[in-house]
Amino acid sequence: MSIQVEHVTKRFGTFTVLDDVTLRVEAGELVALLGPSGCGKTTLLRILAGLERPDQGRIFLHGAEVTDQRITERRVGFVFQHYALFRHMTVAENVAFGLTVQPRAQRPSATRIQEKVRELLTLVQLQAMADRYPSQLSGGQRQRVALARALAVEPKLLLLDEPFGALDAKVRKELRRWLRRLHDELHITGILVTHDQEEALEAADRVVVMHQGHVEQIGTPDDVYEHPASPFVYQFLGDVNVFHGRTVQERTLADIPPLPEVDSVVSADVMDEHEVTFVRPHDLEVNRSRTNPSQLEATVRYVLTAGSRVRLELTAEDSGQTIEVELTKERYRELNLREGEVVFVHPRHRQVFKIPQS
Amino acid sequence: MRFVLKQPSVLPGFGLTLGCALFYFSLIVLIPLSGLFMKTSTLSWEQFWDIVVNPRAIASYQLTFGASLVGALINGIFGAVIAWVLVRYRFPGRSLVDALVDLPFALPTAVAGITLTAIYASNGWIGRYLEPLGIKVAFTPLGVLVALTFIGLPFVVRTVQPVLQDLDQEVEEAATTLGANRWQTFRTVIVPELWPALLTGMAMAFARAVGEYGSVIFIAGNMPLKSEITPLLIMTKLEQYDYSGATALGIVMLVASFVLALAINLLQWWSSARHMHQ
Repeated sequence: MSIQVEHVTKRFGTFTVLDDVTLRVEAGELVALLGPSGCGKTTLLRILAGLERPDQGRIFLHGAEVTDQRITERRVGFVFQHYALFRHMTVAENVAFGLTVQPRAQRPSATRIQEKVRELLTLVQLQAMADRYPSQLSGGQRQRVALARALAVEPKLLLLDEPFGALDAKVRKELRRWLRRLHDELHITGILVTHDQEEALEAADRVVVMHQGHVEQIGTPDDVYEHPASPFVYQFLGDVNVFHGRTVQERTLADIPPLPEVDSVVSADVMDEHEVTFVRPHDLEVNRSRTNPSQLEATVRYVLTAGSRVRLELTAEDSGQTIEVELTKERYRELNLREGEVVFVHPRHRQVFKIPQS
Repeated sequence: MRFVLKQPSVLPGFGLTLGCALFYFSLIVLIPLSGLFMKTSTLSWEQFWDIVVNPRAIASYQLTFGASLVGALINGIFGAVIAWVLVRYRFPGRSLVDALVDLPFALPTAVAGITLTAIYASNGWIGRYLEPLGIKVAFTPLGVLVALTFIGLPFVVRTVQPVLQDLDQEVEEAATTLGANRWQTFRTVIVPELWPALLTGMAMAFARAVGEYGSVIFIAGNMPLKSEITPLLIMTKLEQYDYSGATALGIVMLVASFVLALAINLLQWWSSARHMHQ
């Protein structure tokens, strides 16, 4: 089922949570709403579910306007961050809830409900837990129960509000992949709210990056990661070194004449602007000696070797700015760097934004 | 497994605190209560039995426990509604209402009794409108019920309120998104969560009502066999210097209260074991 959000605005008191948001989600897509806390992503999700009403704007589900429709009529599955399971019911009773509350005329027979619950618990790999209570399950299992419960009513749309936010990193990763596989099997339109960029980039077909109630960028994970439309998106989607062109004198990276392979995007074409250069830590080249006059001289402060890549923290010689660098283990061994040594860095890849002067 | 009395803990003083607690409990509760039994034991079994099953005594038990039970049930319903309103809605004067809930608790019981009598008497504010309808409240068993309901209210409100406050609204939203209507959400999601607290509140209101004396004697009329509560009967016996007769009735009250408290505790334990899988 496709979703269309048109010019939706929502205020809480004087605070504008959503400011003229327009968005389209195609049927069968899994879209991630990504942004920092307070950006309005959860509010947008709750508006789609019918749990909140927009102050302005309209919502269409499958072409039909539902802005004023009641929650129960929308047939939307909602999964909450803190599971919101009924703790006085067993897992099976929880999953069956949406079916047992249906009006008698539509309600499936008791045996059909049992069958359906068994199917759903098999789907979420919790067949053995049917008679347990939510308190007897781990966080990941609880969230799978919540998902099975939401799927029981065969929703046309599945909304997930930070579903893995309360889980530890390993479980989160597992569940994320599992959700992706489940989505590929069921082909249900899904919207996933998250503040974890890795989660959004890995699980979703398309990513909607939100910031302060606005949509900053919509695109495939590759798109938003490789071609961020704004400094915010660039910063939000990974570690980044920021170099202010005019504020730091002379030989900062921003002033280096563009290298042929440099991909530079100018976001706005206004006069009187600052230039800001963004470089990802793994896009910085480190050398022991100067090979190019535009290289930046820096001192190695810390070396972190744990993990698959080596992280360096450098201090720029002239500006005192801290620079983060990520190297492969091979390159690090080749350089044989120690803390306190002087190195020369330059970007392999960078992006320049012009931002209006404030 | 060996039975371990003393659990290792970061805070020392298990022996000391247990000793203090037992000493205090004996001093305040056990010794006076055993005094009650000692005094009664001056009676023979026949004498005891005669006092205890006297028709006037039986009528007073029925009134005391019956009115207390009905009062607790009424408070169970309306106390929960008041708690609900206080927790869920913001309206002008909310904190005033919140403070007023404790009034029956803080008011001297005699004041409550006199006030209720004045209001429900046949020429009182409410009584004068009930009189033509054939409803007499003051000086009847109904008056006893009114007084016992009045004093029990804060117990229910104050036990249900914090539980309602802690209730996760997401659970209600979850029920709604799954298609449950308001009544289904209330019945299947909210009530099971409130039930143990409601039971506790009603048990406390009931216990308080059984022992109530001050507010009831004014409004009850105190007619033997009709509107006489057991505590008043005990008082009457004391005034006639029939101490052992008073303690005999006291023992009946004590045993009945204890059995009821135990039963309510068991019910509560059972319902929380069933509903509260934390």
